[in-house]
Amino acid sequence: MSDIEAAIREHHPALITYLTAGDPSLEDTKAYVEALDRGGADLIELGLPFSEPIAEGPTIQAAINRALDAGTTPAGFFELVDDLETEAPLLVMTYYNMILQYGDEPDVRPFVERAAEAGLSGIIVPDLPAEESDPLRAACDDHGLDLVFIVAPTTEGERLERIMSQASGFVYVQARLGTTGARADVSNATHDSLTRLEEYDVSEPCSDGVPKAVGFGVSEGDHAAEIIEAGADGVIVGSALIDIVAESDDPVADLEAKAEELKRGAIRGADGGTDADPIDAPEPEQP
Amino acid sequence: MSTSDHDHRRDRDSEATFGEYGGQYVPEALMPAVQELEDAYERYVLENEDGFMDEFRERMRDFGGRPTPLQRAERLSERYDREIYLKREDLVHGGAHKLNNALGQVLLAKYMGKERIIAETGAGQHGTATAMAAAHLDMPCEIYMGRTDINRQRPNVYRMRMNGTEVNPVTAGSGTLKEAINETMRDWATTVETTHYVIGSVVGPHPFPKLVRDFQAVIGQEAREQIRERAGRLPDSVVACAGGGSNTMGTFHAFVPDDEVDLYAVEAGGSSLEIDEENALAPNSATLSTGTDGVLHGAMTKLLQSEDGQIMESHSVSAGLDYAGVGPELSHLVDIGRVTPASVDDEAALNGFHRLSNLEGIIPALESSHALGYLEEQHEELGDLVVVNVSGRGDKDLETVLEETENRDLEAAPDVEVFGQ
Ligand SMILES: Cc1ncc(COP(=O)(O)O)c(C=O)c1O
Repeated sequence: MSDIEAAIREHHPALITYLTAGDPSLEDTKAYVEALDRGGADLIELGLPFSEPIAEGPTIQAAINRALDAGTTPAGFFELVDDLETEAPLLVMTYYNMILQYGDEPDVRPFVERAAEAGLSGIIVPDLPAEESDPLRAACDDHGLDLVFIVAPTTEGERLERIMSQASGFVYVQARLGTTGARADVSNATHDSLTRLEEYDVSEPCSDGVPKAVGFGVSEGDHAAEIIEAGADGVIVGSALIDIVAESDDPVADLEAKAEELKRGAIRGADGGTDADPIDAPEPEQP
Repeated sequence: MSTSDHDHRRDRDSEATFGEYGGQYVPEALMPAVQELEDAYERYVLENEDGFMDEFRERMRDFGGRPTPLQRAERLSERYDREIYLKREDLVHGGAHKLNNALGQVLLAKYMGKERIIAETGAGQHGTATAMAAAHLDMPCEIYMGRTDINRQRPNVYRMRMNGTEVNPVTAGSGTLKEAINETMRDWATTVETTHYVIGSVVGPHPFPKLVRDFQAVIGQEAREQIRERAGRLPDSVVACAGGGSNTMGTFHAFVPDDEVDLYAVEAGGSSLEIDEENALAPNSATLSTGTDGVLHGAMTKLLQSEDGQIMESHSVSAGLDYAGVGPELSHLVDIGRVTPASVDDEAALNGFHRLSNLEGIIPALESSHALGYLEEQHEELGDLVVVNVSGRGDKDLETVLEETENRDLEAAPDVEVFGQ
C-alpha cells in the first residue's frame, strides 16, 4: 500500500488540502503547510505554478500569478519540499508541461526522480488524461510515486472503469463541472457525482481498494460532513484555504483553525453517515 | 477531385498525433467531449454522413463566396521578375479564411445537437467569422477576446456584436490570444455538455488540428487546380503566414505530397528574434523558428517557453499572429523538413501591407502582410512561379497601421500624416 493510501486509511475520513507553493513566498508556504499539518490535514497537495492553469478558477489562478511574480521556480519548489517535515504525505499538483521541461530535454523522468528524492508521495496533473499518461505512469511506478487521476462528472462507463483500474493512492472525484473555486454550498452535481460513484460497478480490485476523495468547491466543515456522509473517503479543499492566504491578517493561525474545522466536519460526517461505506480503518482520533 | 479523395483516404487513420506532436492534453472533464468530437469528425467530415460535407460546401459557396480567385499580381510579378499569384482569401465573406473553419465547425456542432457556441479570438477575425456563422445557422454564441486585442481590433468587436454575439473581455496576462484560449477552455469545462468550442486555428487537442485543417484545405485544393489551369504546372513555392497555422495548413495541405513544391510558413518576427529572459518575454511570435517542444492548450507542439516550462508572452504588430504556440502538424512538417519556417519583423510586415495596397490595390491583413514581407526579402529563393496566400483583408488593421507607420520611417508607406489632422 502506498504512503498516500495508508494515510487515508489510517486517518479516515481524510482531509486533503491544497496550497499554491510560493504564494506569496516559499517561506510563507512552509509555515502555512506546517499549520495545515498541525490542524489535521492528512494529505497535502502543493501546487507547482504554471503560467496557463486552464483547470483553475480565479482564486487559484491569482495564487499562481502571485507565486510566479514572486519568482517561484521548480528548483525552489523542490527545495521547499526538501525542507518540509510534515506528518501528512505531500503530493505535487502541476501541469504537464512543467513536468516535461524539468531537466535538459522534454522528458518526464527527471521530474519524477527529483520528486521522489524530495520525498513527495504522489503527482496530480489536471491536464493529463489517462489516455496520455503512460510515460508518467511508468516513471512514477519506478520511483514508488502515486499518479492520482481525476474523475469528472462527465466521466462515465468504460472511461470511468479504465481510470478506476489505473488509479493509485486515491481517486480525485471532481464534484462539479468547471474550474476550481470555493462555493457556498455542496451542489447537486456533487451529490450526483457521489451517487454515480456508488452506482458504478467499477471493476475489481480498485473500486474497493482505492479511496475516493471529493474536491472542487468544498469550503466549509459542513460541506465536508455532507460529502463524507454521502460516502466519500476524503474531502479536498483548496480555494477556501487560498482565500485565507490572500486575505487573513494571521494566515498561520487561520489556516490551522480552518483545517480543524474541516477535519471535524469530516469526522461528523463519518459518525452520522448511515450510507457511508468507510474503508476498513481504525477509528480516527479526535483532533 | 482526385486530390481530395486521395486525402480523405489517407486521413482515415484517425491518429491523434503527427509524429511526436499533437495528442489530447486536456482536463478529464473535457475528454468525453473531445472524444465525441472525434467521432463526429470521422462520421460527418471524413465519411460525409447525412451529406454533411455537401451542405458545408454548398454553404461555403452561397454564403461564404467560394471559390476565391487565384489572381496573377501584375506589378509584383514585374517587381520580382517572376510569376506571382495571390490566393484571395481576403474575398471570403467576412474578409478572411477564418470563415472556412468557423462555418464548418458551427455546422458540425449543429449536426452534433449542441445548443451553444463559444470561441476565442485574437485579431477578432475568427470571432467575427464564428459570430457570422452562428447567426447564419441560428446558434447562440459567446466570444472571449483579450483586452489588448479588443483595443487594437475594434471594428471586429463591433461586427461580432452586430451579429448578436456576446464579446467577453479577458484581462489576464497580456490580454491576447493565449489568455483568451485559457478562458474559453474554462467556459467549456463548465458547459461542455451543451456547448461546442469552435477553436480558431489548427491547434488544441485532437481532433481539432485535423478538423480545422480539413475545413481549411479547400484553400490549397482550389489553388492547386487554379495554378495548373493558369500556369500549366505546379508552383515552385507556396508562401503563407503562420500564427496558429490554419491558413498555412489549409494552403499547404493539398501540396504536401508534391515534393517539388517548397512550402514556406512565415511567422511574426516582431521586433527581434532574441528572447528577453529577464521579463520572460518573446518580442516575437516565431514559434516554428525559435520554439521548443512542450504541451500547451491540449497538444504537444513547439512553444515559446522559458527553460522551466512557463509560457512566454509573445509579441507581434499583428494580433492574429501573436501566439506562443503553433499547430502540431506544422511542427511535425518542419521537423521532417517538408515545411520551411521563416519570419519577418514588424517593419517588413508593415512595408508588405503598404506595398500590396499601393501596387495591387489590395489592402491585406497585417497577418498576411508577413507573407508579403517575406516575398520582398526572399523572392530570389522562391523560384519562377510563386503562390502567396492573402489570408485576409486589412480593414480591421487600419488604425494600427496608421499608428505604427507614423512611428517609423517606412519605405513603402504613403505620407500618412495627412490622416492625423
Ligand atoms: C487574416 C488572418 N490571417 C492569419 C491569421 C493567423 O491565423 P492562422 O495562422 O491560424 O491562419 C489570422 C488570425 O486571426 C487572420 O485573421
